[in-house]
Amino acid sequence: MVKLSKEKLDKVETILDRFPKGQSSLIGALHAIQLEIGYLPEEVQKLVAEKLEIPESTVYGVVTFYNFFRKEPVGKYIITACQGTACHVRGAGSVIEAFEKTLGIKVGHTTPDGKFTLDIARCFGACGLAPVVMVNNDIYGRMSPKKVEEVIAKYRD
Amino acid sequence: MRVRSLDDLKAIAQRALEKLCGRRIRIAVGLATCGIATGAEEVYSAFLKGIESLKRDILLTKVGCIGYCREEPIVNVVIPGKALLLLSRVRPEDASEILKNLIDGDVPREKIVCRVKEWDHLLEKIHYGDGFTDVSLYEDTPFFKHQRKIVLRNAGIINPEDIEEYIAVGGYRSLYKALTEMTPEMVIEEVKRSGLRGRGGAGFPTGLKWEITAKSESDERYIICNADEGDPGAYMNRNEMESDPHSLIEGMIIGGYAIGAKEGIIYVRAEYPLAISRLQIAIEQSRRYGLLGENIFGTDFSFDIRIVKGAGAFVCGEETAMIASIEGETGRPRPRPPFPAEKGLWGKPTNINNVETWCNIPVIVYKGGEWFSKIGTKNNTGTKVFSLVGEVQRVGLVEVPLGTSLKRIVYDIGNGCPDGLKVKAVQIGGPSGGCIPEGLLDIPVDYESLKEVGSIMGSGGMVVMSERTSMVETAAFFVSFTSEESCGKCAPCREGLKQMLNILNKILMGKGSPSDLELLKELSETIKTTSLCGLGQTAPNPVLTTIKYFKEEYEELIKRYD
Repeated sequence: MVKLSKEKLDKVETILDRFPKGQSSLIGALHAIQLEIGYLPEEVQKLVAEKLEIPESTVYGVVTFYNFFRKEPVGKYIITACQGTACHVRGAGSVIEAFEKTLGIKVGHTTPDGKFTLDIARCFGACGLAPVVMVNNDIYGRMSPKKVEEVIAKYRD
Repeated sequence: MRVRSLDDLKAIAQRALEKLCGRRIRIAVGLATCGIATGAEEVYSAFLKGIESLKRDILLTKVGCIGYCREEPIVNVVIPGKALLLLSRVRPEDASEILKNLIDGDVPREKIVCRVKEWDHLLEKIHYGDGFTDVSLYEDTPFFKHQRKIVLRNAGIINPEDIEEYIAVGGYRSLYKALTEMTPEMVIEEVKRSGLRGRGGAGFPTGLKWEITAKSESDERYIICNADEGDPGAYMNRNEMESDPHSLIEGMIIGGYAIGAKEGIIYVRAEYPLAISRLQIAIEQSRRYGLLGENIFGTDFSFDIRIVKGAGAFVCGEETAMIASIEGETGRPRPRPPFPAEKGLWGKPTNINNVETWCNIPVIVYKGGEWFSKIGTKNNTGTKVFSLVGEVQRVGLVEVPLGTSLKRIVYDIGNGCPDGLKVKAVQIGGPSGGCIPEGLLDIPVDYESLKEVGSIMGSGGMVVMSERTSMVETAAFFVSFTSEESCGKCAPCREGLKQMLNILNKILMGKGSPSDLELLKELSETIKTTSLCGLGQTAPNPVLTTIKYFKEEYEELIKRYD
């Protein structure tokens, strides 16, 4: 298991200081921490449990229940392909395949250089532009397998 | 400034009207998520640069989305005294040409979709003017002409980040009316009279729901806005929040007054960052203007709203699961009764309505329940916003009176499938809805008719499927969705859906047997009748409707094996 740096753990503590103790703060706190350090490893979950004064099992339960929370570190750029109904009907499958092929990784994995993570989402609500792909907060509509390389190229640096 | 009277509101309205249709040219770029995804931010920057270099007093602003997703990025322009023009597929490189034309009092014709002489915001009308008579009118444009905008009355026209523009089109006047001229009971009565039913999909009468919560004995009550729009293929709530957040906020404040709540919570899915940010801006503005917080309009009514962000769990759209999630727990549904109206958030009476339901409230309060009840049909009053997507030519958000036929929506508004393909089915109501075959598209879209053909209204996703779509594969797609999103609490949903998916996959691989269809139906019935919450109770719908209407596709796959 990768250990988080002291600096990052301090950041987590500072974030937790903003939240009142108790379970009702849990989801908001997890959002804030993930936004800061990218994921929620076990040591962070422990710290959350300690600071909010709730059982570790509760924190673990919530982290694993909600799709949005990650226990593993992610790449610098998270490519999320939408697999909602409209995207599905308009060929999201072939777009996802093209990403897998171009990046050389399967959905749910990160490239060895730590740059890209490939993920799928339920629906971004941009169905009018299906199929849709999001890279961090940038959204790309009317995707096709041909456009995949073009989108990735923007983030290769 | 804090607004204390109707005169204060009117003074703001007067001032802001100058922005909407004043003495300056106005360029408004549609900057909701769909617009941004097609490059609307670059278009906005290009206009900004162009205006700066021209050194002209032109008002550049952002608006939400008018719903015509196919034509994004959409920009609307107003030359003082002339009709508002809707421009489509505007690229950054078009900006300078458009600006040059505008200064000369003209607009490049090839970019124009239609013109608007007058826009009815329902509480206020804005008269733009004539001109461009060679361009077709908004009300003659195929995509718009069958629509009737109540919920989306302001979307794509006003700046969602400017409370004053909302006030200019009649905003917060309904709240003033409710707080100064009506008792809470009168507000509930008006909502009951309107016949409004829950727009989240179940169609429970809103006024009755309010009344039950209001009458539940308690020192504290809560109201919640369900903005956890999880149905893939549905995005009307996102647009309602991104394009006109104050409508939702005003609806909630009125609801808080009627029900006797001091706090409202908007539970928004985390996948909607722009909606969250616009709501935050709107809430802060309302507080600053004294329309939210302590002593609203100087009365003794106080009410505040906070946002709770979801974390990606479809089941949290179910109201008891949502309450659990707000309390910081895993979002697993709780058995009902007790219903939230009696025992909801923190054990207190809680009223939960969908975004779209709340957005109807200001109009109902201002125009009256009777006015509203005349739109739509007898037991299905008002309008509903649908997201018309999938294999359809004119994709977009469509608001029509309830009772409009599916045919009208799919063909007259959507213009059927692209590439000369034939429509095979329309899938309505999200993953728990049903697939309605082309032959049944004559049915009116209302809660009962959809139920009769095996579907549900749901939140209003309408995915058109062409002849090249495999219905068995579609059924498997939905069951794989609901089985993954099942929270795991009750066995029929958790285990049953998994088994259904196995059987469907077996059929798809060509290994099905004739008895599988019976087994699927039997499983479906069990899951429907014995699941704890709406997710399980409706999850078999796609399978049941595809077996009912497209049995030959199943049989074809099974036959291949025999």
